[in-house]
Amino acid sequence: MSDRLTPDVVAKVARLARLDLTPDELDRATDQLSDMLDHFADIDKLDLRDVEPLNSPYPLVNVLRDDVEQPTLDRDEVLAAAPKSEDGRFWVPPILGGDS
Amino acid sequence: MSEYPTALQIAEGVRSGDLKAVDVVEQHLTTIADTDGEIHAFNHVMADEARERAAAVDATVAAGGDPGPMAGVPVALKDNMCTRGVPTTCSSKILAGWLPPYDATVVQRLTAAGAVFVGKTNLDEFAMGSSTENSAFGPTRNPLDTERVPGGSSGGSAAAVAAGFAPVSLGSDTGGSIRQPAALCGVVGVKPTYGRVSRLGLIAFGSSLDQIGPFTHTVADAALTLETICGHDPGDSTSIPEPAPEFSAVLDRGVDGLRIGRITDLPEGADPDVVARTDEAFAALESAGATIVDVEVPAFTYGLTAYYLIAPAEASSNLARFDGVRYGLRVDGADVEEMMRNTRTAGFGDEVKRRILLGTYALSAGYYDAYYGKALKIRRLMAEDFAAAYQQCDVLLTPSSPSVAFPFGSKTDDPFAMYLCDTYTIPANLTGDPAMSVPFGDGADDLPVGVQIIAPSLGESVMLQVAAELERSAP
Repeated sequence: MSDRLTPDVVAKVARLARLDLTPDELDRATDQLSDMLDHFADIDKLDLRDVEPLNSPYPLVNVLRDDVEQPTLDRDEVLAAAPKSEDGRFWVPPILGGDS
Repeated sequence: MSEYPTALQIAEGVRSGDLKAVDVVEQHLTTIADTDGEIHAFNHVMADEARERAAAVDATVAAGGDPGPMAGVPVALKDNMCTRGVPTTCSSKILAGWLPPYDATVVQRLTAAGAVFVGKTNLDEFAMGSSTENSAFGPTRNPLDTERVPGGSSGGSAAAVAAGFAPVSLGSDTGGSIRQPAALCGVVGVKPTYGRVSRLGLIAFGSSLDQIGPFTHTVADAALTLETICGHDPGDSTSIPEPAPEFSAVLDRGVDGLRIGRITDLPEGADPDVVARTDEAFAALESAGATIVDVEVPAFTYGLTAYYLIAPAEASSNLARFDGVRYGLRVDGADVEEMMRNTRTAGFGDEVKRRILLGTYALSAGYYDAYYGKALKIRRLMAEDFAAAYQQCDVLLTPSSPSVAFPFGSKTDDPFAMYLCDTYTIPANLTGDPAMSVPFGDGADDLPVGVQIIAPSLGESVMLQVAAELERSAP
């Protein structure tokens, strides 16, 4: 059993990820993630101090296109796919608590 | 080789007028209707759209026009590629019922080439898995043994080709999700160089790793499909500007004079039957005139760890967009944050949640350097080790999967056991190199074994050249 993770840490991570976990799910997630981090400890022995990180596999430079108008997605079609819309906008519950 | 007509045969027949696209499509829809109840390759069959589209292809031929190099070829699409007005679910409850407002670039290109889409195929939810058991809509069965998995995450696409539902399907490959199911279903599966195929309209999992590619029965059909879907797309900022070469031109060249790399420090874990077939593949290439060269790729061993930190990290960021605001499921709450938590908690399955948690942890303050940062450094080592190996050889050959198709439930209790399925396929995603699986004989229980060819960046031609030789010499 690993001591790399505690349920408190997993609960905090779940809050950051906007996921609710039941107490059982929290325990299971803690066990499974600890187990994975144990497996991942194989890299601890590598000396990586002088290695540059590689973010993307292909050397790419930023590309700019000419600033010309192009067709965009159809607004009605996009809004029709949303759970709730109103007056041409996405509708969401209150962002700051209180009365809507 | 297969009992089913190839894409090349169908396209040639339809273009010449010897075959009617509507008949071809009807035959495939009948096969689907007869057997997909058991296989469950499809989340959604596009029967009406396919019939309409096939009629349009025939009309073009009748009017003296050319519908394109894939005229009338039925194609199945992994259900993480956007199809305008057609359900696209990622096999997740969080996208159930969503109708995309646009077509993925691959969909546009295949349409322009005359292909006919027959449906959207099942996958592990958001392409996270190696067995298609993580689908919210139930697993896909392997057509060669319905008690076993088809592999994953593109299990539905692999099964669709193996079962004769379509001669061509598209999958996506983030850590092996095309090559591993291709091996388990006995078909050809190709992951092109990162950036060869536009990702516009592919619902993102690991953006620096994801790549779309084909499943086919033959190497020639894979080359034909690649010629259609590869090429620059201004809508994908990681799309490679170089035009794709004519891949079909190299298939008859043989392997005389080519150097095939054998990785001497490859991680262990492949079953004896898989090792034996891979050894025979080396021998076959050697008798066809290739030279076998021993090479070392020390970082290969650390690929799994690097991948299972990088891919979940990217996924945790990509999947933040599923918040109940713009598309798919919404479960209401008192305020917007509660709505988002309720929606994501109800909409995502266990494996997706596991990876979001792992990725969020690997990126979080205090752990970033220890996990994600280190993983990116291993990615650099991987690229350097492969570059050194390519100094000595033209391509590398390994097993595609450590085992043949395994029974349902045999790895579902231990997430890490499932992750080990990707041991041999992951490095090519980290480096971006092209890689493919080609069937090479049978292993345990008469189930197919696939061998993997890995080539340097943009080296699809030499990779396909070697694959064609293995196809000719397969037992």
